[in-house]
Amino acid sequence: MAETLLNRINGSKAAKVFRARIKRPDVLKDKASTALLLAPYVLLFSLFIIIPVVAAIGLSFTYFNGIEAPAFAKMFGLYNYIMILTQDEVFLRYVLPNTLKYAIITGPGGYALSFMMAWMLSQIQAKPRKWIALALYTPSMLGGVLVGVIFRTLFSGDKSGYINAILLDWGLVNIPVDFLQSGDYLMQIMIFVTLWSSMGIGFLSMLAGILNINREMYEAAYIDGIKNRMQEIFYITIPSMKPQMLFGAVMAIVGAFNAGGIGVALSGSNPTPQYAGQLIVNHIDDYGFIRYEMGYAAALSVILLLVILFFSKIAYRLFGERD
Amino acid sequence: MANFLGTQINPKSFHPSQLKFYLFLVPVGLVMILPVFYVVGQAFKPLSELFLFPPRFIVSNPTLDNFARLFRTASGTGVPMTRYLFNSLIVTTLTILVTLLVTLMTGYALSKKKFGLKKAIFSINQTALMFVATAVAIPRYLVVTGLGLTNSFAAHIIPYLAMPVGLFLVKQFIDQVPDELIEAAKIDGANDWHILTKIVGPLVKPALATVAILSFQMIWNSTESSNIYVIDETKKTFAFYMNTLTASSAGPAGAGIAAAAGLVMFIPNLAIFIIMQGNVMDTMSHSGIK
Repeated sequence: MAETLLNRINGSKAAKVFRARIKRPDVLKDKASTALLLAPYVLLFSLFIIIPVVAAIGLSFTYFNGIEAPAFAKMFGLYNYIMILTQDEVFLRYVLPNTLKYAIITGPGGYALSFMMAWMLSQIQAKPRKWIALALYTPSMLGGVLVGVIFRTLFSGDKSGYINAILLDWGLVNIPVDFLQSGDYLMQIMIFVTLWSSMGIGFLSMLAGILNINREMYEAAYIDGIKNRMQEIFYITIPSMKPQMLFGAVMAIVGAFNAGGIGVALSGSNPTPQYAGQLIVNHIDDYGFIRYEMGYAAALSVILLLVILFFSKIAYRLFGERD
Repeated sequence: MANFLGTQINPKSFHPSQLKFYLFLVPVGLVMILPVFYVVGQAFKPLSELFLFPPRFIVSNPTLDNFARLFRTASGTGVPMTRYLFNSLIVTTLTILVTLLVTLMTGYALSKKKFGLKKAIFSINQTALMFVATAVAIPRYLVVTGLGLTNSFAAHIIPYLAMPVGLFLVKQFIDQVPDELIEAAKIDGANDWHILTKIVGPLVKPALATVAILSFQMIWNSTESSNIYVIDETKKTFAFYMNTLTASSAGPAGAGIAAAAGLVMFIPNLAIFIIMQGNVMDTMSHSGIK
């Protein structure tokens, strides 16, 4: 009995691993080396990505003004959330509808645009493709500051603005339109600018994905009775490049929410005129860095992260490969 | 079906059926870069043309005045523009170099090593692809303050070194490197550092180039660290300076300088991307999320 138990212990997986380690110290050395390789990234990632997210969740249940220690918020800590969802008139009347409108148009819109462009580019020859792809990608590498500069002058509210000069010249308007400061057009311009700069890394990924699809797939599909380009896209192209479609989708979502500063860059003020371009990112800045109500701002951050997570879940549902 | 060479994906030759795509793509491509041409024109316009009404798109007497004035300008506190440019160069170079090293090390470990937390780390990183830094700007600020980085050069660099997208792309690329190659090197007595610098690194150059570009775009264009973490004017970056320049300089004279500054910001971006475009496309073919 005791002998069989001993045999079983000796034959167990743990014992084998243990023996392997005793016999070969290089296994231990390898483990140490792996740990060293991972350490810097894991440390930096934890410090600047994980801890901030966890801290945002924690702070969202507190009252915190940046000077005194955070105090647990009233109403079981839910005070901030309750205020946001019931009392924050600016959030409910402007920020939330603006953010949804902006995100829904620029996220899926920019994504569809990227795919369409990538697909068309894949239908032409390599040399011109390279240059047109560069032209389409260029706006996305300009960065917020420069985009602000360009469109502030193009849409300038006096007659020195290019758009106004053209409108005046063609007799479409009599006095220059106040595009950026009146609040009437700010959201439309923000959406336009974001779509304009939406063909970034996700677009390149999808282009590479389409170009990598095995040619024989198409030949086989035509033999099997696919009739036109539309069927080709939906039955061959998209299913064959799902991983790139997913990467592109995630990048589009992140891009849509990251570009939130554009309204402030265009109008030059936070809050934006009449809250016309106020997105949740600006609202967070407003409360966090202008009013120093950091607990409140953190609650807004958590709401934003949940919204992003929700959109990503949809993307994974659509394009993810289920095991 | 008749001419499969000309009508298929990634065609090898021209076919009239491609015309409709050109008819769409060429105008769209032009509209996309029109604003960029506009900045270029603006940057070379003499003062007289900047004031012109109606404004003209094309510059008739190009001049370098705007650039000369840009390099002579100084911020309200007397810090010369060249100081900001110098700061940006240092910060960007250091960030890219360290990011590449950290990303390569981690990508190699996640791709070729066996350890318990491997799957967990990779999937957490994949979730972090959707991380939007501005959403948690406040706790990030608290971390930076807590580490005592505020008002130092490190505040421009350290918070941006962990780059989930970069790690993801590099790891996917290292997956393509055959395991046998690494086993063979190990048998020859190479340690991880040798494998990394002599074998894996050179083989995944396209992915590293892509990460360098993405990191460059992020850091070079970023005003966040200068706005929030750094108080000392002499330690702020060019993107920040440009932002104040354009915010304060109303009127055509300022617009000329702003456009010149914009061009100085944009040209490195464009040049690097054109040189590396092939590498980027190479990397992107392995970018899919499964």
